[in-house]
Amino acid sequence: MSHSQKRKFKENLLKVLVYGCAFCTVAILVALLGYIFVRGLPNITWQLLSTKPSIIRDTIGILPNLLNTLYVILLTLVIALPLGVGAAVYLTEYATSKRFIAVVEFTTETLAGIPSIIYGLVGMLVFVQVLGFGTSLLSGSLTLVIMTLPTIIRTTQESLKTVPAGYREGALGLGATKWYMIRTIVLPSSISGIITGCILAIGRIVGESAALLFTAGSATIIASNILEAYSRGGGTLSVALYIYASERGEFEVAFAIAAILLILVFLINMATRLVQKTLNGKEQAK
Amino acid sequence: MKLKHSIERIMNMVFFVCGMVSIAAVALITIYMIWAGLPAIVKIGPIDFLFGTVWKSTAAEPQFGILPFILTSVWGMFGALLIGVPVGLFTAIFLAKLAPAKLGNVVRPAVELLAGIPSVVYGLIGMIVLVPAVMDFFKLKSGSNLFSAILVLSIMVLPNIISVSETALRAVPEEYEEASLGLGATWIETVFKVSVPAAKSGIVAGIVLGAGRAVGEAMAVMMVAGNVANMPGLFKSVRFLTTAVASEMSYAADGSLQKQALFSIGLVLFVFIMLINWALNRFLKRGEKQ
Repeated sequence: MSHSQKRKFKENLLKVLVYGCAFCTVAILVALLGYIFVRGLPNITWQLLSTKPSIIRDTIGILPNLLNTLYVILLTLVIALPLGVGAAVYLTEYATSKRFIAVVEFTTETLAGIPSIIYGLVGMLVFVQVLGFGTSLLSGSLTLVIMTLPTIIRTTQESLKTVPAGYREGALGLGATKWYMIRTIVLPSSISGIITGCILAIGRIVGESAALLFTAGSATIIASNILEAYSRGGGTLSVALYIYASERGEFEVAFAIAAILLILVFLINMATRLVQKTLNGKEQAK
Repeated sequence: MKLKHSIERIMNMVFFVCGMVSIAAVALITIYMIWAGLPAIVKIGPIDFLFGTVWKSTAAEPQFGILPFILTSVWGMFGALLIGVPVGLFTAIFLAKLAPAKLGNVVRPAVELLAGIPSVVYGLIGMIVLVPAVMDFFKLKSGSNLFSAILVLSIMVLPNIISVSETALRAVPEEYEEASLGLGATWIETVFKVSVPAAKSGIVAGIVLGAGRAVGEAMAVMMVAGNVANMPGLFKSVRFLTTAVASEMSYAADGSLQKQALFSIGLVLFVFIMLINWALNRFLKRGEKQ
């Protein structure tokens, strides 16, 4: 084989590898989605969605898990959102020490890298035992607050950085105080970043299982009101999927939940894209 | 005027407190992991604990050696990277340098979707599809083993490797590539001999990020690895550091040495993850400098 032939061969080989691997990645996803939808969708019935498990009637329903998931998302965001946005505002608007910013950013990165099982352990020690909240949705939500903080801080920070300095200078020049400027100019202009952070956090909460298993448990009781719900333990959809698949052997239910989770993930990804698109559109309009 | 000033001061404080939250969280996690994890290590003895090869936490004479878990986690990580890195890197090269816009717009959302799939869903598929397939293919008694876990993990690390590597490859200055093309190299040669080496730090950061995900994953491997405390072997049922914690936590009695030892395993895992984070940070910083 001549040199140029060899070169051509090598080039084609690499091309095949690159295209092949990209194809593999997509094929894995398609196979995963296809399999789960085929086995899961037929099992999603109204009865499954609207009842709780009943031993007497020998039926399984995931209504408690749906409600628990909603409750956990709600409380986690109510706490994590102000904290995360506040931290991002401090980092971009107030902090003057480069060193301090670097330390906060380093700890945020560290939080993002800690696996959920560690969060589960610490949540169990701190919220369940030391603070005495017990195995409850409250403990679970508080644990997830720490887990989702990095996501919210990072996305908010990114969008705060894109707010033009001229806006700030203009507001301050007109005599606005710093807080007034942040409240009326900076935060409204970075709203899409904050929303993106929220959506990503919801994605993380929906998919979380290990951290919640130790802090919120896997009970399937429907609480009579929202306060009672937070004081009681309960499994979210992902936790329920794990329990039904590995401990109860109820694979139809597990696949139905998996299909629901995938639909949620799909919606979450679409929503992020939509928010980013409208943001970009607005930027161009300016 | 005075009111305005005090509001300013208060808001400044409020934002400062928010800024401190992540520092406080990391401090809290570190302190509690050490506080809960250290007693059992001291009681059992660090050497016996870390290098003991037998884990019998509920026997009459319990033994707490976690070497099997440590080695399984390490093997699992390297196995997942062995498969995940080439596939992920080539896919990243495809996305950053070779894909026509239309194809890229199909592959990129697919990668994002893979990243968003919850680990229990990967576990379920692994349990129902992969484990029986591995059993049939290799004619084993059971397909719940390290090999199945590695396959699941290698898919789970793909999105991390792809997205970080793609960003790094896109950041390579065009002049580098133009110079190479100008010297007569083809586009493929340029990509592999110029772009990839130039994006090295970012690619390594992606791999390290994937390593962190593989070491930290609990639920998915719990569902496919068989969960027996064996020394690792490709076709043996094994327990990872993460699954060792998860599988006994629900029934270990409060205050027992068993429960304390589980927290110690958590501490070992935490140390692993911190090392990986530290490495990640270094590579990211180096990438930025370039």
